[in-house]
Amino acid sequence: MIGITGYGGYIPKLRLNRMQVMQAMGWFAPAIMMVAQGERSVCNWDEDALSMAVEASRDCLNGADKSKIDALYLASTTLPYSDRQNAGILKTALNLRDDVLTADFTSSQKAATSALITAFDAIAGGAKKTVMVSATDMRRTKGAYFYELWFGDGAASLLLGSDNVIAEYKGSFSTSHDFPDHYRGDGFKIDYMWEERWVRDEGYSKIVPEAINGLLKKMNITVNDVTKFVYPCFFKAEHAGIAKKLGATPDKLLDNMHEPCGETGVAHPFVMLITALENAKPGDKIVVAGFGQGCDAILFEVTDNIAKLAPRKGIKGCLADKRKILNYEKFLKFRGLIEVEMGIRAESGGRTAMTALWRHRKMVLGLVGKRCTKCGTPQWPDTRICVNPNCHAVDQFEDYEFSERTGAVVTWTADMLAVSTEPPTLYGLVQIDGGGRLLLEFTDCEQKDVKVGQKVRLSFRTRYYDKDRSGYQGYFWKAVPVKEEAAKEASK
Amino acid sequence: MATGIRDKVAILGMGCTKFGERWDMSAPDLMVEAYLECMADAGIERNDIQAAWFGVCINELSVGKSALAMPVALRLPQIPVTRVENFCATGSEAFRGAVYAVASGAYDICLALGVEKLKDTGYGGLPDLGAGAGPLNYLWFPNLTAPGAFSMLAQGYAARFNVDPKDVKKAMAHVSVKSHANGALNPKAHLRKPVTMEQVMGSPMIAHPLGLFDCCGVSDGAACAIVTTPEIAKKLGKRDIVSVKALQLALSDGQEFQFNNWDGSCFVTTQKASLKAYEEAGIKDPKKEISMMEVHDCFSITELVTMEDLHLSDPGEAWKDILDGVYDSTGRTPCQIDGGLKCFGHPVGASGLRMLYEMYLQLLGRADKRQLKNPKFGLTHNLGGFPFMNVCSVSIVGRYEG
Repeated sequence: MIGITGYGGYIPKLRLNRMQVMQAMGWFAPAIMMVAQGERSVCNWDEDALSMAVEASRDCLNGADKSKIDALYLASTTLPYSDRQNAGILKTALNLRDDVLTADFTSSQKAATSALITAFDAIAGGAKKTVMVSATDMRRTKGAYFYELWFGDGAASLLLGSDNVIAEYKGSFSTSHDFPDHYRGDGFKIDYMWEERWVRDEGYSKIVPEAINGLLKKMNITVNDVTKFVYPCFFKAEHAGIAKKLGATPDKLLDNMHEPCGETGVAHPFVMLITALENAKPGDKIVVAGFGQGCDAILFEVTDNIAKLAPRKGIKGCLADKRKILNYEKFLKFRGLIEVEMGIRAESGGRTAMTALWRHRKMVLGLVGKRCTKCGTPQWPDTRICVNPNCHAVDQFEDYEFSERTGAVVTWTADMLAVSTEPPTLYGLVQIDGGGRLLLEFTDCEQKDVKVGQKVRLSFRTRYYDKDRSGYQGYFWKAVPVKEEAAKEASK
Repeated sequence: MATGIRDKVAILGMGCTKFGERWDMSAPDLMVEAYLECMADAGIERNDIQAAWFGVCINELSVGKSALAMPVALRLPQIPVTRVENFCATGSEAFRGAVYAVASGAYDICLALGVEKLKDTGYGGLPDLGAGAGPLNYLWFPNLTAPGAFSMLAQGYAARFNVDPKDVKKAMAHVSVKSHANGALNPKAHLRKPVTMEQVMGSPMIAHPLGLFDCCGVSDGAACAIVTTPEIAKKLGKRDIVSVKALQLALSDGQEFQFNNWDGSCFVTTQKASLKAYEEAGIKDPKKEISMMEVHDCFSITELVTMEDLHLSDPGEAWKDILDGVYDSTGRTPCQIDGGLKCFGHPVGASGLRMLYEMYLQLLGRADKRQLKNPKFGLTHNLGGFPFMNVCSVSIVGRYEG
């Protein structure tokens, strides 16, 4: 039996209340009132599609042996690099084996489901035993229009294999139709959308049922055999309309998740599937579909193992862990949609040395330090001489991962002078549980959340963006304050 | 067997520019201003200078590479000149070079000059290093500033000694009030107005808990010293001679931010360097014997913890001693009697020598309205880098006894 053996979710903690947008911009675009329900998830200013994929994948690896992963597929239409494999950066952040197949799946909203089918084909064919597929998107939109409100930011990862399968992969059916509901050309940031009416009538409502019906026929089952239909469609009425067309009763339709977070682009079929799994029972048959210039339809059957899955945050945990509502001006600044004066101090920056990045990739992207094999002291950054003043052993180290450990704040500050998208910049020295310490910025928190002794976990975040040198995007880790109970859970 | 530097080298003359926003002067102009006063004070000719040490920290902003800017500006004729840098101890490093050159017997008369021209950056505060911090650091170093890095001492100190942060804030404010009262009496200082506790505590927040008045300014300036042996100084007619009693330096080895012990509240380097300096100078009871000092008050909290790191306040007591006036001009150990970095600003390469300048004037009775009664030993202290990785310099000068 092959199928899903684990999952991980990441919905960023920030939310934008859709009514706030209506209040700010309703004078200009009163029609957005029609979709101004609930909240959409928003990346913090130091997050992007890749950083979210790292977080979702870390969650997915709870209780799993990551050394078993043979392939890693990353699906998204908003990855930072057009050429420098994004899945390779993800692999480095997760510190996976070097002898793995990594690939980016991109350029379509159905990239994740296509990657999923491709992964299952590889496993079924025997070439791969364990594959992780990560899906993510942080879609850019212009202000004061429907898409700004329909879309949310998010990521989700699925671990696939044959050990302790929680949802068996039964089969898939795919179509390819160059239906240009929207497009985005190379070098452009904002999608070009065609008329919603046409997209609903000629796109979603024809192409999605075609694929699902094709799947049902291939699997020799009917609508009545299916427990849950899981497919994204931000047109709420049409979302229900497709279910009706299929002959499915309303209880079989998983909500499109507009109100809690919005549609998370390529990640959304996975985000919705994980939501379904979090509420599923053994024996449930789940049909998942991804739409984007055609449609993939996939059938899963939930197994008894669903109850034995090691705890993880998942989508449920992320939705519950929301931090705060942004005001609209802050959202616009985070998205770069308004220009503010950053000052001359912001000019300093510079070229990143690719040689240094390569040499120290494990240390910087993977947060892999060293442990002295002579005295056992964990230490970061890279060093050849042990920092322990009673040791000083030379070249006697083994790799030591810091990313999954928790720590406590030794000292900290809130810096109003440092150039920042959201001042003050919070940073300090963190003592890591088990030994070693890290000098880190803090994120997903306010000044009042930080104090000496505060427990923190570690999170992969964006660093500087070099717009003058072909769009280099740097990454490093930051500390996130956690509540005591959550910290105990995280350090298990 | 080495015997230290005590009483082997004397200061023949010193000079110091007015510190401040010297919009009218580039680095070479400032160098000449300090040099001219120094030469007049020493009473020697240009050709008497046999070797020179040149301190500049952020050379990218002023003089560029090599030591050439100095001999070219001062017209020193084809003598050895060495540029040195060690963060905020740069001026002291220039002094060290000149002093050791004389003590070694290799030269009779040497020059040390430190200069910094910071007001060409275009904005307030120290410039961001950016990629200049090195390719590896640029990949991961936090987006910190100088005030931010040093402000962390306050949180660490308050936590370690369980002191109410409000009391720490008050003690910090007293530090600045005290320095401004002193600087008001100093014609060479940049800021010469007294300030009140209310002003300091109410000033805008820069990096918690440091407000604007807890931070020294960025300014331009230069200072200069000529050193020789005590014998030569006597031969040249000097009667009261200021000699070097101790020159110590201590640098971090990475433990603070990579090992498990440092608690973020103090400078392990200062603790070590000061003990070595007291030993070198023959000082057994620094609380009694140190008459006056200039410490690195880049930020008021730095001065606060430094009182304990110099072993002049007991651990956890500095904030109380400060509020009790122990370090005021009328107190047991006057600190920043010239106004300190707070009133002069911090032209990095010059500060170490500016501190020695005031100790020198005080020892010779030339400190005018700031003159302390019969000072014996003067201590200068620099702290460069960050609390978690730094360079500490401790120097002691006094009246020559030989």
